Amino acid sequence: MSRYIRELSVVAGLGLILAALSFFAPAFFAPAPLLSRLAAEVPALVVALGMAVVMIGRHIDISVGSIFGLTAVLCGTLLANKVPLLLVVPLAIVAGATLGTLNGWLVAGLGLPSIVVTLATMVTGRELLSLWQQGRFITLPNGVQWFGLSQTAGQWTLLIIALLLVTLLAWASRRLSAGRFVYAVGSDPEAARLAGIRPGAVTFGSFVLLGALVGFAAVLNLVQSPQVDPKAGGGLELKAIAAAVIGGVAVTGGRGRLWGVFLGLLLLTTINPALTYLHVEAYWEKAIQGTVILLAVEADRFQGKGAAK
Amino acid sequence: MNPPLLQLTGVTKSFGAVRALRGVSFNLKAGEVHALLGENGAGKSTLIKVITGAHRPDGGTIAITGVAVVDLTPTAAQKLGIACIYQQPALFPDLTVAENIALRLGRSRFFDRINWRANQSRATELLGRIGAAIEPDAEIRSLSMPEQQLVEIACALGAGARIVVMDEPTASLTQQEQQLLFAVIRDLRANGVGVIYISHRLDEIFALADRVTVLRDGESVGTKDVGEIDEAGLIRLMVGREVSHIYPPPESAPGEVVLSLKDVGCTASGVNRVTLDVRAGEIVGLAGLVGAGRTELGRVLFGLTPADSGEIRLNGQRITVRSPQEAVAHSIAYVPEDRRRHGVILDMPIAENMTMAIHRRLFPGTWLNLKAERNLALDFIRDLGVKAFGPEAPGVSLSGGNQQKVSVARWLATKPKLLILDEPTQGVDVGAKSEIHRIIRRLTQEGLAVLMISGDLPEVLGMSDRIAVMRGGTVVATLQRGADAGEVMTAALGQSAQETAA
Repeated sequence: MSRYIRELSVVAGLGLILAALSFFAPAFFAPAPLLSRLAAEVPALVVALGMAVVMIGRHIDISVGSIFGLTAVLCGTLLANKVPLLLVVPLAIVAGATLGTLNGWLVAGLGLPSIVVTLATMVTGRELLSLWQQGRFITLPNGVQWFGLSQTAGQWTLLIIALLLVTLLAWASRRLSAGRFVYAVGSDPEAARLAGIRPGAVTFGSFVLLGALVGFAAVLNLVQSPQVDPKAGGGLELKAIAAAVIGGVAVTGGRGRLWGVFLGLLLLTTINPALTYLHVEAYWEKAIQGTVILLAVEADRFQGKGAAK
Repeated sequence: MNPPLLQLTGVTKSFGAVRALRGVSFNLKAGEVHALLGENGAGKSTLIKVITGAHRPDGGTIAITGVAVVDLTPTAAQKLGIACIYQQPALFPDLTVAENIALRLGRSRFFDRINWRANQSRATELLGRIGAAIEPDAEIRSLSMPEQQLVEIACALGAGARIVVMDEPTASLTQQEQQLLFAVIRDLRANGVGVIYISHRLDEIFALADRVTVLRDGESVGTKDVGEIDEAGLIRLMVGREVSHIYPPPESAPGEVVLSLKDVGCTASGVNRVTLDVRAGEIVGLAGLVGAGRTELGRVLFGLTPADSGEIRLNGQRITVRSPQEAVAHSIAYVPEDRRRHGVILDMPIAENMTMAIHRRLFPGTWLNLKAERNLALDFIRDLGVKAFGPEAPGVSLSGGNQQKVSVARWLATKPKLLILDEPTQGVDVGAKSEIHRIIRRLTQEGLAVLMISGDLPEVLGMSDRIAVMRGGTVVATLQRGADAGEVMTAALGQSAQETAA
């Protein structure tokens, strides 16, 4: 049990908030708004999972918001031109992965620091988006929103996709060689190289995976509204990084579990509505989120000393 | 008679249930080098930390020149003239030598103006006193490790240290640098400084120390004049048992040539025209001074810095090794130097470390077979005698010797034909050292060809079936088993023309 102490502490925090809510504001648990809130967080979760992989590998990607926006506008344009959704989904994944390839090549191929590389691609991506779209929204044709299902069914579909993806990626991270290698490279790239692993290939792969997930997330976001916002994905990188850190991913790489990231995002996104329902001023939201992140980093520091993985 | 410079009486220290020191008495006279010896975990570092004020003892007394000291803190210890020089100098790499010395010695306040000229001249003076040819203006990062140690010693001198503690100062020094350091230490001794000297290398203790105290399980098991004890006697004291064969002898004749190098060179790493054979069942020791190209040759053979000239043959087949992946594919294994940093992945469990290089073979399916992994790890843990809680224990929880065994196990798991070991017992305690030696010897009996890089001359002499001596990036002599230290050193230093064709 003690090896899961980090994740369990997130569960405890979540439990505390939910207990407080069920006592003071049982309205929070009304099914329809709760389902909407959860579905709205699915894209962020998908991005956070990919971000966690990159972070476990000792890198970071702050361009996810731009990749998200570019993919969303691309998909919106395609959909508006009557390309079927079923075809747009794989195209979005490929588009995201392509942008991830660019980051991966700059980081792993040229050996540039990932924070600088992705800062540059983030800014460039945003500017391209403004040039391309000039702030115009794209109206989506009928039959795209909620996958052409009823709102409830669409939201449930999103939740099921999210859970499947968490399970799949969490398993893969533990039970595939590739997953093991990400942890090895994140813990000690030189040691991994001496063990016959190619750290560059692993880093490259993690950026491509993140790009693909961001592309997918853009579609999962787009189906929730009748229009595509060209500013979609702003601030997404911060949310994804925060969820990963709260969920136990070490900023120094090599540690963290993907299902912990799921918990981290749940905790992060419960804070805001909880404040509303508990009648706390909304101004406190960011301050409280910041405090939670600091607590998480501090907890990792102690855990790092005890060397529990 | 003067009281001793430093006198510890019945010092005890416990950490929780662990009794690190159980009533240690120790004294240091002015003008002596007093070696402190013991296996890892014997209590050496705890004792040092008591002396430097980092740990407060639970019981016992400390007296300096006969005056009892209570509540020794690091600051108080410094004021009393106690200085400690660690293996890894604790200097600021981006500041100059003079700035570092000034920072260490200065008592300036935050807004005081810096007196550059005074700092400069003080540094020059202190460095001159120990005969170090170091520019006070040089940035620390541009200095070699031994030069940094000399700066540390200069700081100690500047602080007026009467008691200098040195913790394995020669671990990363070449033979020449070591001699320079010894000269400085002898000089300190002549000036009445008491030196406490910690080292795993017994020959250094005989070369340098006046007295030696052996610690075992937190107790002092004896203080001897170095004149009245020999190496075997010291080892007996340390391990508390008779070590019959420090180095296990070869028991079988070498077989076919496994690795054959002809004029192998690598411009990038300075390896040039290396010609060398390693046979199945044979240990070839690679000797030479630091910078002679030993580790570089190992890295060439493992594809880390690929060869750009010459021929590498494995079992007669000509091969190229352009990456570690190719080396692994050719059944070449490399246990790197400096395992603390790169030999094992400290965050990862033992089992995951052991299977790191054999994923493709152990897990031919899609998913990792965690049960197969665990079984393999259990086998190696038993086989190599790894002392750990189990296969799930993280690498960081192991002692140095056991980490080294895990690193060796990772490469044995690849079923190599050629095993390259780079400093296999560096920083490992005596017990684990002879255990690792036995493992290496046993592996050769199973037909493995071993290339052992080592800067520990007795180890090279004791373990090798043949010794290849390197100098300037190439093998300058190949000596048979039975060669003595003098022959190896002569070849390594290049002082004579007795070079034999390799």
